[in-house]
Amino acid sequence: MGRVLAVIIWIITLLSVLLFVSGKWWFPTAISDHAPALDRQFMITILVVGISFTAAQIGLGWMVWKYRDTGKSGDRAVYTHGSNRLEVLWTVITAFVFIALGVMGQSVWASLRLHDAPAGSYSVSVVAQQFQWNFHYAGRDNKFGRTDPQLIDDSALNFVGLDSSDPSAADDAVTAALAIPVNRPVELRLRAKDVIHNFWVPQLRFKQDLVPGMEIKVHFTANKVGKYELACAELCGQLHFKMKSYMLVLPEEEIQALQVLPQEQFQAKMVELLAKYPLPTN
Amino acid sequence: MSVEHHEGVHRHPAPTSFIRKYIFSVDHKVIGIQYILLALAAVLVGMFMSLLMRLNLSWPGTSWPILETLFPTGAPGGVMTPEFYLSLVTMHGTIMVFFVLTTAPQGGFGNYFLPIQIGAEDMAFPVLNMLSFWVTLAGFIVILLAIFVEGNQALGETFAGLGPSFAGGSGTVGPIGGWTGYAPLSALGKIAGPGQGAGMNLWVISIAIFCVGSLLGALNFITTLLNMRTKGMTLMRMPLTCWAWFTTAVLALLSFPVLLGGGILLLLDRIANTSFFIPSGLYVSGLLSGTNPNFPLHTGGSPILWQHLFWFFGHPEVYIAILPGMGATSHILATFARKPVFGYRAMVFAIFAIGLLGFFVWGHHMFISGMSPYSAIAFSVLTLSIGVPSAVKTFNWLGTLWGGRIRFTTAMLFALGFVSLFVAGGITGLILGQSSLDLPMHDTYIVTAHFHLVMGVASIFGMFAALYFWFPKMFGRFMSESIGKIHFWLTFIGVYAIFVPMHIMGIVGMPRRFSSFQEYDFLRSLDPLVMLVTVAAVITIGAQLLFYFNVVWSIFKGKKADDNPWEATTLEWITPSPPPHDNFAGVLPTVYHGPYEYAVPGAPRDYVMQTDLDTEVPSGNGHNGHKH
Ligand code: HEM
Ligand SMILES: [Cu+2]
Ligand SMILES: [Cu+2]
Repeated sequence: MGRVLAVIIWIITLLSVLLFVSGKWWFPTAISDHAPALDRQFMITILVVGISFTAAQIGLGWMVWKYRDTGKSGDRAVYTHGSNRLEVLWTVITAFVFIALGVMGQSVWASLRLHDAPAGSYSVSVVAQQFQWNFHYAGRDNKFGRTDPQLIDDSALNFVGLDSSDPSAADDAVTAALAIPVNRPVELRLRAKDVIHNFWVPQLRFKQDLVPGMEIKVHFTANKVGKYELACAELCGQLHFKMKSYMLVLPEEEIQALQVLPQEQFQAKMVELLAKYPLPTN
Repeated sequence: MSVEHHEGVHRHPAPTSFIRKYIFSVDHKVIGIQYILLALAAVLVGMFMSLLMRLNLSWPGTSWPILETLFPTGAPGGVMTPEFYLSLVTMHGTIMVFFVLTTAPQGGFGNYFLPIQIGAEDMAFPVLNMLSFWVTLAGFIVILLAIFVEGNQALGETFAGLGPSFAGGSGTVGPIGGWTGYAPLSALGKIAGPGQGAGMNLWVISIAIFCVGSLLGALNFITTLLNMRTKGMTLMRMPLTCWAWFTTAVLALLSFPVLLGGGILLLLDRIANTSFFIPSGLYVSGLLSGTNPNFPLHTGGSPILWQHLFWFFGHPEVYIAILPGMGATSHILATFARKPVFGYRAMVFAIFAIGLLGFFVWGHHMFISGMSPYSAIAFSVLTLSIGVPSAVKTFNWLGTLWGGRIRFTTAMLFALGFVSLFVAGGITGLILGQSSLDLPMHDTYIVTAHFHLVMGVASIFGMFAALYFWFPKMFGRFMSESIGKIHFWLTFIGVYAIFVPMHIMGIVGMPRRFSSFQEYDFLRSLDPLVMLVTVAAVITIGAQLLFYFNVVWSIFKGKKADDNPWEATTLEWITPSPPPHDNFAGVLPTVYHGPYEYAVPGAPRDYVMQTDLDTEVPSGNGHNGHKH
C-alpha cells in the first residue's frame, strides 16, 4: 500500500508539472511595458512554487515508501520528539525565501500604483454599468466635460451623465470600446454607476475594480498595436459573463485623428477600426 | 493500569427519554454527531450544485430534461440560465464554507472529542452547546428556504408586498453574489437584477444566525479547554487536535462578531434604506437613486467597507476550516506511523502563529479593490510570512513519518492525502499573495484552484481521516476498510484531476463566476481542459456515494471494535466504544505522559497510553520537543 501510494503521488506530481511546462496553455503574449517585469516575477515565483511542490511530494512519497510497516514483529519506529536544530533551520530558510519573494513582488506594483500617471499621459474616463462599458474621451480640447449622476439617462444614450451645457463637453465622445495610443502612458479614470465591476485585459497583465462612489485613477503603457478583448472580472449580476468590450491599441496618428472627431464620426470610426484589427492569435 | 480517582466537576444525569437523549440532547457526543450529520446533509446539497455548475460550463446550451422538471423557471427547456448558474455558485460556496467546513471539523469532531481527550465529562456549558447546534441548524434551514423563495414564482411574489428588496421568484436557487456577497450588488435589492430579492435577505439572515451559533460554540470550547482538563493534563500534554480546536475557537470568537455586525448593516441597507455600503448617486437599471419608490435615496456609504468587514472575518475563516484538519492529521500520522509527533512544541507555535498572523492578512483579497496601494504592500508581505508556519507544519509532518512503521489504514491514507493536498493548495498562496502578481491572477480560476485545494479539499480530507479514525469509537464498529480504500483512491486522484487544470485556466486568464466561456476568444483554447475537469468532477462526486454507503452500512453492520482498536495513546481510547454518557463512567483519568508516546524504548508495548502509570518514558514529562 505504501509503495502504491508513493507511486501515485509521484505520478500526480509528474503530470501536474508536465501540464505546467507543456507550453500548450500559458499567458497570452503581453503588450504592456510593466508586463516583462511582472512575467519575470511570475516565473521566479512559479519556479519556487514548482520546486517546493515537487520536493514536498517526492519527500512524502519517499517517506511512505521507505517507512511502511513491513510487519516484522518487535521492530519499532525511531523514538524521537524532534530536533530544534532542524526546526530553526527550516524556519529560517523558508522565512528568508518567502519574505524575499514577497518583497520582490512589490516592485511592479509600486511602479504602477505608488505614482500618478506621468505628464503627457492619454486620459480616458471609464464608466462601467450592468452590463456595458462606456469610454469617455476628452476630445480636441483635452478636457473632459462635466458629468453628473443626476444627468445620466440611459434611454437618451447619455450613459455617463455628460453636461451638454458645459463648453468643454461639446467635443467629447463616449463609445462602448476603448481606444488608446501605443507607447504612450495611458491614464484611466475608473468609475461605476451601479455595482462593482472590474477592468481586465489579459494581455495587459492588468486588472482594477471600478467602485461606485469612487474615481480610481490607474495607468499603464501598451506597446503593441492591435485589438484585445476586455472583460469584466468582478461579479456584477446576471450577464456578468458577457460584459465584454474591446481595447484598441492604435498608432499615435490614428489616435490623434480619432481624438478630434465629434461623437457620431468617432463612433463610426471606432466601428471601422474594430473591424480593421484582428484579435491576437495567442 | 492504575488511575487516581477524583470527582468530575460537571455532572448531569443521563437522560432517559428519546427526545432528551437524541434530539434536544446536552451530551457533547450526541451534539457532535448532530453537527456531523448536518455537514453530511449540507455537503450533499453543495456537491449536487457543483455537479450542475460543471454540466453547464461544459455543455452550454444543452438541454437536460430532468432540470426542466426540477427547476421549471431556472432551467426553461432544461437549459440553465446565467442567473441560475450564478445562484448555484453562491449557494454552493456559502453552504460549503459555512455549513460544511465550519460545522463538522469543529462543532462535530471537536465537540465529540475535545472533552474526552482532555478528560472531562462534558463541555463546560452543555445547554449552550445544545443551543449552538440548534441555532446553526436554524441557519441552514433559512438558507435552504432561499432555494424555494427564489425558485418558486408564487412563493416569491407573496413577499413582494413587503418592499422592493423582498420580492423573490427570480427562477434561481438563491441569491446572486458569490459567497462574499459584495456590496452594493448585495445591498441594492430587487432593482439590481435577479437573485437580489428575498433570497439575498435570507442569505444575510442565515449567515447572521450562523455567526451566533458559532460564537456560542467558541465560548464553550475555550472555557472547557482552559478549565476542565483532568489531573495531569497540562497544556503541553494535550493532543494537537485540542490545540487546533482551541485556536479555531479563539479565531471564531474574534472574527464572527465582525461578520455579524457587517451582516446586520447589510440587512439594514437592504430593508431599512440605510446607506452603510451604498454610496450616493447610483444609477441602476435606468433609475437614479432617490427618484423612484423602488430605489430610495442612498448617500454616504462605502462598498469597500463591506469588503474589509467581510475579509476581516473571511481570512480567519479559512483557518477555522483548515486548523481542525491539521490537528486531526497530526494526531493520525503519529498514531499510524507509530512515532511521536515530530516537533510537538513547534507544531503548537505554528498553530498559534497561523492563528495570529491570520488576522493581519485579510487585505490580500482586496489588492485591486481600490484600497490604498500602500496597505496592499503591508498585506502582501504579511501574507507571504504566513507561509512560514504553514511550511513548518509540513516539515514536521514529514519528520513524523520519517523513521516510522507506517500502517496504511484508510484514516492514514486520508491524513497523508491531507498533507499532499495542503502543500499543493497552499503553495500557490506564494503567487496570489504578491500584489503585483494579483494584477493578472485576481478573480481567475487560479484562485478557485488554490482555495478549493487548500481550504475545500484538504479540510474535507482531514474530516474523512477523522471519521474513518474515530468511527469505531463513536459507533463501536469500524467503517469498511475495503470500501474506504476505493473511496480514497478515487477521491485523491479525482480532486487533483479537477483542481490542477484550473490553475492553468487561471494563468490563461479565465475569470471565475462566469456562467459561460463562449463569449471570449482568448478562452477558446481551454475547452478541452474545461471538459477534463467536468469528467473528473462527475467521477469524483460519484465516488462519494461509496462513502455515504459506507457510513450507513457500517453503523449497523460494520466489524465490531474494542476500546482501543488502533493501539493509540490518548484518552479517548481508554473508554468504551462508544463512551458512556459521562465519558469515563464516573472515574476521571489521571494523565502521566505526553500524547504521542509511541515506540518508547523498553516499554512493554510500542505505545504508552497517557494514563499508563507503570511505564517509564525516558524523556519523562512528555513535553520534550527540545530533546532528542
Ligand atoms: C467535487 C468537488 C467540487 C467541485 C466540482 C466544485 C466546483 C465548483 C465550481 C464549478 C465553482 C464555481 C466556479 C465559478 O464559476 O467561479 C465553485 C465555487 C466554489 N466552491 Fe466548489 N467545488 C467542489 C467542492 C467544494 C468544496 C469541498 C468547497 C468547500 C470549501 C467548495 C467551496 C467553493 C467556494 C467557496 C466557491 C466560490 C463561490 C464563489 O465564487 O463565491 N467547493 N466550486
Ligand atoms: Cu461583471
Ligand atoms: Cu485570505
